[in-house]
Amino acid sequence: MRPDPRPRTHPTYVAFLVHRISGLLLALFLPLHFWALSRAIAGEDALEGFLRWTDSGTVKAMETILVVLLAAHLAGGLRVLALEFLGWRSAQKTMVAASAGIAFATGLLFLLNVV
Amino acid sequence: MVEGGVLKVSVWRGDAEGGRLERYEVPARANQTVLDVVTHIQRELDPSLAYRFACRVGMCGSCAMVVNGRARWTCRTHVKKVARDGELELRPLANLPVIRDLATDMAPFFDKWTRAQGTFQPKDSPDGTVPEEFHVVPPATPKRQAADAGIECIGCGVCYASCDIVAWNGEYLGPAALNRAWTLVNDVRDGARKERLEAVAGDAGCHACHSTQSCTERCPKGIDPSGAIAGLKRTLFWNVFGIER
Amino acid sequence: MSASHRLAAAPASRSTRAGTHLWVAQRVTAMILAIAVVVHLVTILIAVRGGLSAAEILARTQGNGAWFAFYVVFALAAGLHGAIGLRGIAAEWLGWRGRGFDLAWLAIGLVTGLFGIRAAYGLFA
Repeated sequence: MRPDPRPRTHPTYVAFLVHRISGLLLALFLPLHFWALSRAIAGEDALEGFLRWTDSGTVKAMETILVVLLAAHLAGGLRVLALEFLGWRSAQKTMVAASAGIAFATGLLFLLNVV
Repeated sequence: MVEGGVLKVSVWRGDAEGGRLERYEVPARANQTVLDVVTHIQRELDPSLAYRFACRVGMCGSCAMVVNGRARWTCRTHVKKVARDGELELRPLANLPVIRDLATDMAPFFDKWTRAQGTFQPKDSPDGTVPEEFHVVPPATPKRQAADAGIECIGCGVCYASCDIVAWNGEYLGPAALNRAWTLVNDVRDGARKERLEAVAGDAGCHACHSTQSCTERCPKGIDPSGAIAGLKRTLFWNVFGIER
Repeated sequence: MSASHRLAAAPASRSTRAGTHLWVAQRVTAMILAIAVVVHLVTILIAVRGGLSAAEILARTQGNGAWFAFYVVFALAAGLHGAIGLRGIAAEWLGWRGRGFDLAWLAIGLVTGLFGIRAAYGLFA
């Protein structure tokens, strides 16, 4: 049964979903990332070969999404830490909005630097 | 909503085995609460409808139900504010076993209250005798303010019904029980701190909360169970390192 | 109120202690990662300018003990943080609960971290 979206529209709930999904995707990506970097063990040429493979537009698009996910997860995480360790209650909604902004800005910066 | 129009109300009818939505047409009035609508259905249309209410004035919390997807007190919910195109959908409070129709079994909710050690244990009189002196607690102290922020809870279950973690984790004590525990952790007269902190820790306790803050969003009394749970996490964190905060 | 009404002192059950410790580990690794990820993102943004090459990366990491130490800590923290996070998702959305799963997730976290250290060593040596 599909979950009812009606009670799940407030900003902090959406932030929770974004945080969970970004974390899930990043956790699944991490072993791939480590594998890619471990190409260096086979020598500089092996690593260079892999990096040239990532020059394609599709890969660059995926990388941009990953950067956005990482920045979103970080910003959202800081919001949660602020709530749990500093007790910052009143600025939660502002922090949700700021997190989204930071995530997209970081993604944009990456995109601009990489094309 | 024009007076003289008709509200199309879908009401969940059934029991623990299952049920379905049944449709009723209720005359729309200029000033009408959802409780008025339910009462009309039971009195004029279908006397077999089971539902709960008591005070009708937003003090007891008995009339809590899920209205158009969100848990609310029906006596304090004006139809005008929630009906879209004259449509209302009423379901029993979520995350609780259904007795019949719109009446749920609140026992699990209160069981978890007990499990979270939600009762005051006086430090000054372990054997129950009344102490000689009053325990002076200045109201402006941070601990008392933290306790006062949560003591108005009347156990209506709206926060519990709104929490997805309660839905996904059967053992999770829930926002109301944890909020109550937090008020007692901050009560300087209480002598059961150690037991209480133990009771609210772990996967069934405050650590299962993911700060979706649905509880705070929905609480009809403006209580902040999410903040209370964060407080419990903080207290337990320092506890791990032997620091009493 | 008689003495029998006093709440019995429950001994710290293994599972609540485990739950607390996992949460603490998650938050502590989160704080470490907060710093590490900012460093990582800034490094990425600078490094990708004008194209990324193996020579560029190795010039920074080869023989550099500081970068190696940074990546070791980063990899371990990320591995553990990710595994504890996945444990929560699996428990809530798949119903995977219990000591067996807990140990499995811990193992996955450590192995992922070690895999990362191996990669970092490849860039250092």
